Amino acid sequence: MSTTLVDSPAPPRQEIRHKRRPPYLPWLLLSATMILLGVLTGYPVLRLVVMSFQEYERAQLMGQPAEWVGLGNYAEVLTDVEGFWIVLGRSFLLMVFLVVTTLVLGMLVALLMMRVNKALRLLVSVGLLLAWAMPALSATTVWGWVFDTQYGVVNNLLTRITGDDWFGHSWLLNPLSFFLILSFIVVWGAVPFVAFTLYAGLTQIPEEVMEAAQLDGASAFQRFRLIQVPYVRSIITVLVVLSMIWDLKLFTQVFVLQDIGGDRELTNTIGVYIYQTGMAQGHYGLASAVGVIFVAVMLAIAYPYVRRTLREEEL
Amino acid sequence: MIKVRRRLADTGFGALAVAVFVFSAFPVYWMVNTSFLPNNKIRGRDLAFFPTPDVFTLNNYRSAMFGEARAPFPPAVLNSIGVTFLTLVIALLVGFVAALALTRFQFKGRRTFIVLILVVQMIPGEAMIISVFRIIDGWQLLNTIIGLTLVYAAGVLPFTIWTLRGFVNGVPKELEEAAMIDGCSRAGAFWRVTFPLLAPGLVATGVFAFLQAWNEFVTALVVMQRPEAMTLPLWLRTFLQATQATNWGAVMAGSVLIAIPAVIFFLIVQGRMTGGLVSGAVKG
Repeated sequence: MSTTLVDSPAPPRQEIRHKRRPPYLPWLLLSATMILLGVLTGYPVLRLVVMSFQEYERAQLMGQPAEWVGLGNYAEVLTDVEGFWIVLGRSFLLMVFLVVTTLVLGMLVALLMMRVNKALRLLVSVGLLLAWAMPALSATTVWGWVFDTQYGVVNNLLTRITGDDWFGHSWLLNPLSFFLILSFIVVWGAVPFVAFTLYAGLTQIPEEVMEAAQLDGASAFQRFRLIQVPYVRSIITVLVVLSMIWDLKLFTQVFVLQDIGGDRELTNTIGVYIYQTGMAQGHYGLASAVGVIFVAVMLAIAYPYVRRTLREEEL
Repeated sequence: MIKVRRRLADTGFGALAVAVFVFSAFPVYWMVNTSFLPNNKIRGRDLAFFPTPDVFTLNNYRSAMFGEARAPFPPAVLNSIGVTFLTLVIALLVGFVAALALTRFQFKGRRTFIVLILVVQMIPGEAMIISVFRIIDGWQLLNTIIGLTLVYAAGVLPFTIWTLRGFVNGVPKELEEAAMIDGCSRAGAFWRVTFPLLAPGLVATGVFAFLQAWNEFVTALVVMQRPEAMTLPLWLRTFLQATQATNWGAVMAGSVLIAIPAVIFFLIVQGRMTGGLVSGAVKG
């Protein structure tokens, strides 16, 4: 911008305006942002890192000075004293399962929307929008009620269909079926965004391309694999990264489902683990170390997305 | 023969579409249905699929709002509305001027600032609860609307700036320049030409901030622990912690109360949610 101005003299009037603009004006406009983010994002990050190197327990909360313990908290966390690795592994496994399920189902729904007529497409869209709009907390309580041990509609229907007595069957006590229900809730809420985005991408593929392939004898699956997927590949990449971030951060659904009736010890994911270690048990230093590790993991996962976005924006 | 097969396939896919609709919409329907049923129907062995006039009741809402066993409802509503409204106003005001600086000015450090805004969005709030708790506690702002609002505003600000930046970029600079040639001042040109064109962007971004603050759970859990300081999500959670059997009718009524504003505002802007990701992302 400035170089072109030097090369080809602009009309004098514009030049004057450019010179008159004070150089500090943009920073003035950014000052409120810098204060807010500095004090409420930058400082907490710094504070988290500092606390992760300190012995910080309930006593320190009361005003006792915090002692420096170097890498002591990290050593304690990483040597599995508090079950950190199990929680981390569980969170990752769950994340992978959720991402794959969400993406596959989302793609299938998107393809279905391409295939059916306008009225049915509207019907599907209305359903998806309802699921998407539901706050995570409301969704979790409703699914908890649907799978309720005593009066839930699932146990009721299962009793009618199978003839066995399902009343009193707890879905949340067993960790494996706890995660099944959790996956139901998360996937149910996440598929709409994925399906709508993929559908929007698929509709942008020129019709001639698909028709030509059909005339050349490509089967529906071949058209999907060789034309549709490559066309929306970059969308899929973004969806995968975003889903990974969201599914690893999972908190509300896990926490509230545990309230309704899960075994906290056996179903903690990383966010809930930080809350339990820090807020519930008062090991603020340990929880901070886990928090720092969590932030690092998230930034590593987000790195390709950040790079791609910046490249696309052509700053 | 081909026609018959084609029709069979149509029917099959049609049935699938209906199944997707039923599965997606069922929990929402079931929530509303249960919230209007009396307890003996909720706990009955015969499933009640519709609150027919002979059983229809508002008792669950009454119990949710005025029941004794839980955190009080009126302060929760006021807290939620207060925090959400303030978050929205701060995020829009601060985010808007920041977006202006990042789009309409060329200055050193601009690129770095934009990268930072993007990276900050990737820091999970769930990891920060410990230090946020300590800091808010240190400022004596635990259990106050101001404390929670500050955390929320900082949380939604990066996304607000990022999105508004896109909207401001979408309005050509030439429009402003034309107005300036016609005698407008720089600020006047912006105010009269660009700003009105940004209204839809401000609405969309504002709704996002609204939804974030209205639905947020984990930070509120840490910062607002006293019953009278709770926001609506925390208030609903107290229903589930009760030692006696869960009163599902009241829980569903509470869920409906929280979901209604969220669903309405969401439907206003849903068209914009996927657009940004797709435009320019499809290789043509």
